[in-house]
Amino acid sequence: MVEEFSGVSRRTLLALPGLTFSGAALAQSTAAEAPQRGGILTYAVAAEPPTYDLHQTGTFAVMHRSAPHYSTLLCYEPGNYPNIIGDVAESWTEAPDKLTYTFRLRPNVRFHDGTILTSEDIRASYARMIAPPPGVTSNRQPAFSQIAAIETPDPLTAVFKMKKVDASIMDTFASPWNSIYSAARLQQDANFPARNIMGTGPFRFVEHVAGSHWVGQRFDGYFREGKPYLDGFRAITMSPSAMVNALSGRQILAEFRGFTPNERDRITRALGRDAQTYDSSWMLHLLISYNNEKPPFNDVRVRRAVSLAIDRWGGSTNLARISQLGPVGGMVRPGSEWSATPQEMERWPGYGRDMAANRAEARRLLREAGQENLSFTLMNRNIQPYVTAGVFVIDQWRQIGIRVEHQQVELAAWYANQGSGGFEVMIDSFTQFSDDPTNVLVKYISMDRAEVATARATDRELDRLFDAQAEERDKTRRKQLVREFETRAMEQAHLVPLLWWQRIVVMNARVRGWSMSPTHMIYQDLPDVWLAPERS
Amino acid sequence: MSATTLARPRQPNPVLGFIRAQPLGAAGLLVILIMATAAILAEKIAPYDPEAIDFIAMLTAPSMEHPFGTDAFGRDILTRIIYGARTALTIGFLSSFIGCTAGGLLGIASAYFGGRADMIIQRFVDIVLSFPIVVLALVVVAVLGKAAVLGVDMNLVAAIAIPIVPRSCRVVRAAALSVRAMPYIDAARAGGYSSLHIILRHMAPNVLAPYLILLTAYIAQAILLEASLSFLGLGVSEPKPAWGLMLAGDSSNFYQEAPWMILFPGLAISLAVFAFNLFGDSLRDWLDPKFRA
Repeated sequence: MVEEFSGVSRRTLLALPGLTFSGAALAQSTAAEAPQRGGILTYAVAAEPPTYDLHQTGTFAVMHRSAPHYSTLLCYEPGNYPNIIGDVAESWTEAPDKLTYTFRLRPNVRFHDGTILTSEDIRASYARMIAPPPGVTSNRQPAFSQIAAIETPDPLTAVFKMKKVDASIMDTFASPWNSIYSAARLQQDANFPARNIMGTGPFRFVEHVAGSHWVGQRFDGYFREGKPYLDGFRAITMSPSAMVNALSGRQILAEFRGFTPNERDRITRALGRDAQTYDSSWMLHLLISYNNEKPPFNDVRVRRAVSLAIDRWGGSTNLARISQLGPVGGMVRPGSEWSATPQEMERWPGYGRDMAANRAEARRLLREAGQENLSFTLMNRNIQPYVTAGVFVIDQWRQIGIRVEHQQVELAAWYANQGSGGFEVMIDSFTQFSDDPTNVLVKYISMDRAEVATARATDRELDRLFDAQAEERDKTRRKQLVREFETRAMEQAHLVPLLWWQRIVVMNARVRGWSMSPTHMIYQDLPDVWLAPERS
Repeated sequence: MSATTLARPRQPNPVLGFIRAQPLGAAGLLVILIMATAAILAEKIAPYDPEAIDFIAMLTAPSMEHPFGTDAFGRDILTRIIYGARTALTIGFLSSFIGCTAGGLLGIASAYFGGRADMIIQRFVDIVLSFPIVVLALVVVAVLGKAAVLGVDMNLVAAIAIPIVPRSCRVVRAAALSVRAMPYIDAARAGGYSSLHIILRHMAPNVLAPYLILLTAYIAQAILLEASLSFLGLGVSEPKPAWGLMLAGDSSNFYQEAPWMILFPGLAISLAVFAFNLFGDSLRDWLDPKFRA
């Protein structure tokens, strides 16, 4: 069976209510304007990339620079999220038992070095993520646990054989992180993509000057006819406050991650009718991650007490006024088809609305655990809204007598401490490219199962529930399993959600053809983006 | 023959003498004393808890309840300035004291030993002086990280003290060179006293005047540096109250809607630096005989 994805799907309809678009330029951009070629898109990125390799990381600092250089097997259809279309795959078939997926590749897809992409490049790239060679890590490994083998019967056909049914596999194939690398380059050096850029994407790599900029130039051999429209792009590294000024002063044209409500207002005031804004819920949430290997956080009573002390509902209402933080949610995006209702959430520890009762219970648990005078260091990033969240939770914990030292570090140190377990409690974040529970719940499973599980915990019951939902084809039953997973995870509190983010993107109205979505990880390859002429 | 008793000459009160001779310096000292008192008695005089979030009072303009307004978390700015004085003065004094004392001793030793030792010390000083003070502090704080002792980040103190060392070394050495040429130093050497004894007992007391002037002047510098480092995110961390930190973060987001968020901490920094500079200059004029006339 060949699935054709066209028109507006049910998935799209479910995702759309969260998106709003506004601005003086919107009417023009949505009209059937003919895209114009040329121009350099300048945009800001708030952090330096710790690597160039999309397989080994989860940060937007890499995605927003590397994505324009690469392609994936499938992708989300621009302007029609979360509908899936082919990227280098021309078509695909799914066996009735959902145990075999066959992809037919587009002919004449070229790498930037002129070589032709074949199914061997697909196999090598996916094999690297499924079983990374020594010296390579894969953030994506758990997502591929059900893939048994990849066969390449001919240069334009790739066949994925599954061990078991994986309900989320189509989203996995469309993941923006699963960039296709050259098999020949990987054979020479498995870590080649960590320090070099060479893909089949719409832009060739020109240069990266650390702390300054990253430049890409149009790849004339790009497989989509007539694209990209831009001559190139220049991603400039700058702090969030500098971005506001740069966008207001028209020194850059865009920033794709998001601003606070106040920053949005400042930019739109400065740009006037040249501003366009997008607003959406965001598949991004902050979490409190306890180092389960370090006492007293190996004690569930302490972890639960620390979570109970946080007034998520109060924080949600008020922090939304000063930051990107907003909705209260569980482990899947609030409002998505998989999320718990507010009533279901209120039954989880730390989500009850009676804060006096929550705090009394938290004090009792700490007393029981012999931790009445608990003090610890909270590791956090040094950018917003992490700092805002840190100040908020420290105040919440202070109210039950917990003393906290706030340690704010740069991204590289944050990752290093996260990976080595060099923290007691940290404010972590997790972002997904789809609402599918397998993509989302992976953050909360055992550390030996997932690179992204930062709490250094082992919980086989959570692993069992994770696997069960991943294989479940019946949606109602799968939802029940997701609820069971969340309930168990909240009770054990190895790491707990804090608040979800609200995505507000503001850019100059000259930028056209870009698609807004509830994730800042997709649509960053920029083949459809073009620049309208400046207003006279 | 009657015995006559000579009246002992009346000793002038040094404090009153200073006030009369240096009224501007006295005004600076008064501001410093007020700040120090506020810092010591912060718990007693501050109207609110400096770290307590009050969402109802978010971004409140100056009023009777909050004379300096509130920040984005509803925290009282007056309270945070009072507690911030504790951070500023503690780090400012400790950094200046450590930097000036280390630099001063190095300067005296350099002058006393002379020759090759003097040459080595002064070239080292030249190297350190070639780095701008903020850049050097940034490097030190980035390399050392944080190490809190009794709530004070000693690595931050060291980061600020290190750039002060060569500067105070150079000034104190100049004063110590003239002391070194005094006959009583030669007498002490002839008497068989150790170099350490001569440096600490005979030379150090005689360079106390420039040392004190440097100490007060560099407290102002250190306060400014601490504020700069905190503003850059390398000093004190939220939610601790610190003047430089109050100018960073959300303040830069809300300075148009809530200008009081940057106005009052900025004024506090300026006032403190101005007061220490006034006092330092006046102390120099008062202690140095060349300026007395």
